[in-house]
Amino acid sequence: MSLRIHFSVNGTHKELLVESGETLLEMLRGRLGLTGVKRGCSVGECGACTVLVDGLNVDSCIYLAAWADGREIRTLEGLADGDDLNPVQQAFVDHGAVQCGFCTPGLVMTATAMAEKGIKLTRDEVRRELSGHLCRCTGYQNIMTAVEAVLED
Amino acid sequence: MKTLGKSLKRPDAITKVTGKAKYVADYQVKNMLVGKILRSNIAHGHITKIDVSKAKALPGVVAIISADDVPDIKFQPTGLPIASYPEPGMHADKNILTNYVRFYGDEIAAVAAVDVLTARKALELIEVEYEELPVYLNPQDAMTEGTVEIHPDSKNVLGRNEFTIGETDLAEAFERCDLVREDEFMVNPVQHCQMENHIAYAYMDEKERVVIVTSTQIPHIVRRVTAHALGLTANQVRIIKPYIGGGFGSKTDVCIEAIVASLTLAAGGKPVLIDMEREECMIGTRLRHAIQFKIKTGVNREGRILAKEMISVSNTGAYASHGHDIASKGGGNFFRTYPAELVTHFEGTTAYTNLPPAGAMRAYGIPQVNFAVESHMDDVASALGMDPVVFRKINMIQEGFVDPLKRNMVIENIGLDQCLDKAKDYIGWDKKRKQYSKCQTGDRRRGVGIACFSYGTAVWPYDLEVAGARMKLDPDGTLQLTMGATEIGQGSDTVFCQMASEITGIAYEHVLIEHINDTDHSPFDTGAYASRQCYVSGQAVKKAGLEIRNQILERAEHLSGIKVKDLDIVAGQIVEVNSKRLVISLMDIALKSYCSMELFGVIKSEVQVDVRSTAYAFGASAAEVEVDIKTGRVEILNICNVHDSGTILNPMLAKGQVHGGMSMSLGLGLSEVMLFNDKGKPLNNNLLDYKLPTIMDTPDFGVEFVETYEPTGPFGNKALGEPPAISPAAAVRNAILQATGVRVNQTPMNPQSLFERFTLEGLI
Repeated sequence: MSLRIHFSVNGTHKELLVESGETLLEMLRGRLGLTGVKRGCSVGECGACTVLVDGLNVDSCIYLAAWADGREIRTLEGLADGDDLNPVQQAFVDHGAVQCGFCTPGLVMTATAMAEKGIKLTRDEVRRELSGHLCRCTGYQNIMTAVEAVLED
Repeated sequence: MKTLGKSLKRPDAITKVTGKAKYVADYQVKNMLVGKILRSNIAHGHITKIDVSKAKALPGVVAIISADDVPDIKFQPTGLPIASYPEPGMHADKNILTNYVRFYGDEIAAVAAVDVLTARKALELIEVEYEELPVYLNPQDAMTEGTVEIHPDSKNVLGRNEFTIGETDLAEAFERCDLVREDEFMVNPVQHCQMENHIAYAYMDEKERVVIVTSTQIPHIVRRVTAHALGLTANQVRIIKPYIGGGFGSKTDVCIEAIVASLTLAAGGKPVLIDMEREECMIGTRLRHAIQFKIKTGVNREGRILAKEMISVSNTGAYASHGHDIASKGGGNFFRTYPAELVTHFEGTTAYTNLPPAGAMRAYGIPQVNFAVESHMDDVASALGMDPVVFRKINMIQEGFVDPLKRNMVIENIGLDQCLDKAKDYIGWDKKRKQYSKCQTGDRRRGVGIACFSYGTAVWPYDLEVAGARMKLDPDGTLQLTMGATEIGQGSDTVFCQMASEITGIAYEHVLIEHINDTDHSPFDTGAYASRQCYVSGQAVKKAGLEIRNQILERAEHLSGIKVKDLDIVAGQIVEVNSKRLVISLMDIALKSYCSMELFGVIKSEVQVDVRSTAYAFGASAAEVEVDIKTGRVEILNICNVHDSGTILNPMLAKGQVHGGMSMSLGLGLSEVMLFNDKGKPLNNNLLDYKLPTIMDTPDFGVEFVETYEPTGPFGNKALGEPPAISPAAAVRNAILQATGVRVNQTPMNPQSLFERFTLEGLI
């Protein structure tokens, strides 16, 4: 069954016909070419596919495209303003938080949601907020440093 | 050094944080078919019937292949390294698809269809009947007399080697010891879990060549191996490697390339993509070998090791992959870090079983042997009543060590002693060791532990070490760098750019590296493994850079009349060395090299190097833990790694490597294990049930370096990529020993296993 949905992605209004079983991940990658959204497990375990839906970080692999109807979606592609990276992106670059880069899109989205809330968090709270993301390269250390640097500013 | 030694940012960092970096899945090829692999649902047996007719009739199915549709050619899915026993290529034991199933998940057929759902449906419609055979999950069962041979004439032994170094008879040497201790250890299988699953797509180009775009660490080797498996010549296959989402050794094997290529051939050259599911990737690629160890060490009263022996049995699973090399490398490592005064004996065996194949994984068998040896070292020290640090210091390798296993090379520049001191200081060893040695009786007990390691760089002298680099000065004065080496996330491209800048004098920002490897265009290099790239491929960058620099200065001499030796390149300008006066800008020279009547001749160089040396990296881990006796949970209060990797070329990236390696070692030590039922069926091949360390499990890591200078390295550097993954697990094990008095000789030291041990030991 196909459904017609209206939503915005990275500030642009979209209208699409999607399949009822289609995930938001499949829609963003397959129909809109937003390949910054990564597929690591397809079942909500690794967080690589995280996007923001109305400001909330969700695993797009277990979120139906149909649920995006009427909502505002943000992906990694929409964060920078021209050549100006958003503070989280910049911090990931500056603090060596990027290695293979496959977990990076999801983590940057979650950290962006955290930063935009503007709430001060302890180190343990930062860990908890990021705990839905797996990374095999970094041991999370430089990711923590980058996110904390953004939250402190 | 001007550029090296600085924490310069990765050239791919911005591309990666903005989502522009393209990985294999991101090349959206029009009309790409979806390829899916039918995997066996038994671990051992013959296929007596395979019927694809129903699947073939399904609308949308374009091609189906099974074992009879692919060449009957056995191949070894790895290229290098192949150790010096018995001869290269003897472990060709794999077919692209098989009629004889050797593990649960073995590849028996493959489908190409118009979409994922059709491909999956087609797999379900393939009818398979088996004649089941007994399943062997551990080497002892597999090697028992009279068992079914998983590979013909193997007796289920893939490889075996032994050596004795020292003149004294082993038994006699042990008799001369004041104390002899024997221990057994077991390191269980884990999986790489790089975030990007194995993925590849293939198509036939206009010249009827098979092009494979794949996530691999070894593009040139993949070309050779895949061509061989398909019965083609190497130049009929082209491999392209874009950005890679991690590998850690799992992508140093041909896992899906030959299958996806077979599918495109069956589909008339149409593009086909195999994008593995996580569950599939965790069993259908490679594991880290499970290895059992028996270690016996004899010491004199002063704590000097006189004799030692290790017997290891490694479980390679269903196929050889890297062969016996991994177990064999452990023997050398055992011999080297703490050389025995009289004699060292090693026997290693690698057995075939019906587990998924084990292959290379970060540090190539050394994390396993290190867990055993470093644990055993603490046990011997405690039997002697000696401080573990002191015991290690008495016995550790000293400069001038002559290594008979490495063509009698002399090992110099050993920073191990300083690493151990730094690690000890970092953790507050002297004070805490004393403090925690007082009898602890509560539910939460603390301890500190230490472990050292040594690790060889690259694979010489077992194999030739080759690398290539190409440089070209563009008309705007920027330098194009093309490497055969593969960036897989570790940061080698960054360091190659730094090296090029260092040598040529061209600004780091003006060195542009091609991140895509393409066997049609990239210089030959064997790829990313064995912590070899900065050491081996770095030599190629250095050589090409020197040639470029010389060509630039010769042009400047031609223009200015000032001799090359009196000229230098500084920040994009050619200056006179003494006066620092500007002679000409690099941009001028570059432009003239493309269009000047007088100076025409593009400035470029292409070099190939073969490196006939190795160098040992060293280091130590120290850990402080708190063990919750009632739950068996271990909390890391503090942990550090100290590395002697020679010169540190980019501290920020180097620390990043260490963090990731430490996390990987803690995973192996504390939480990760691949589980199978008694029929060989995997039980936790997903990221929920397999306990990959999360950010909640991961402590802050202390990282320090002891910078020695390694003269055989291009810039004084030696291995760094793999070493961080070696010693933290043993340091934690030894800290648990101090905290609880319990010797845990098996990984993972997870709450369940510790709870059971503590119950057994009467602690609970």
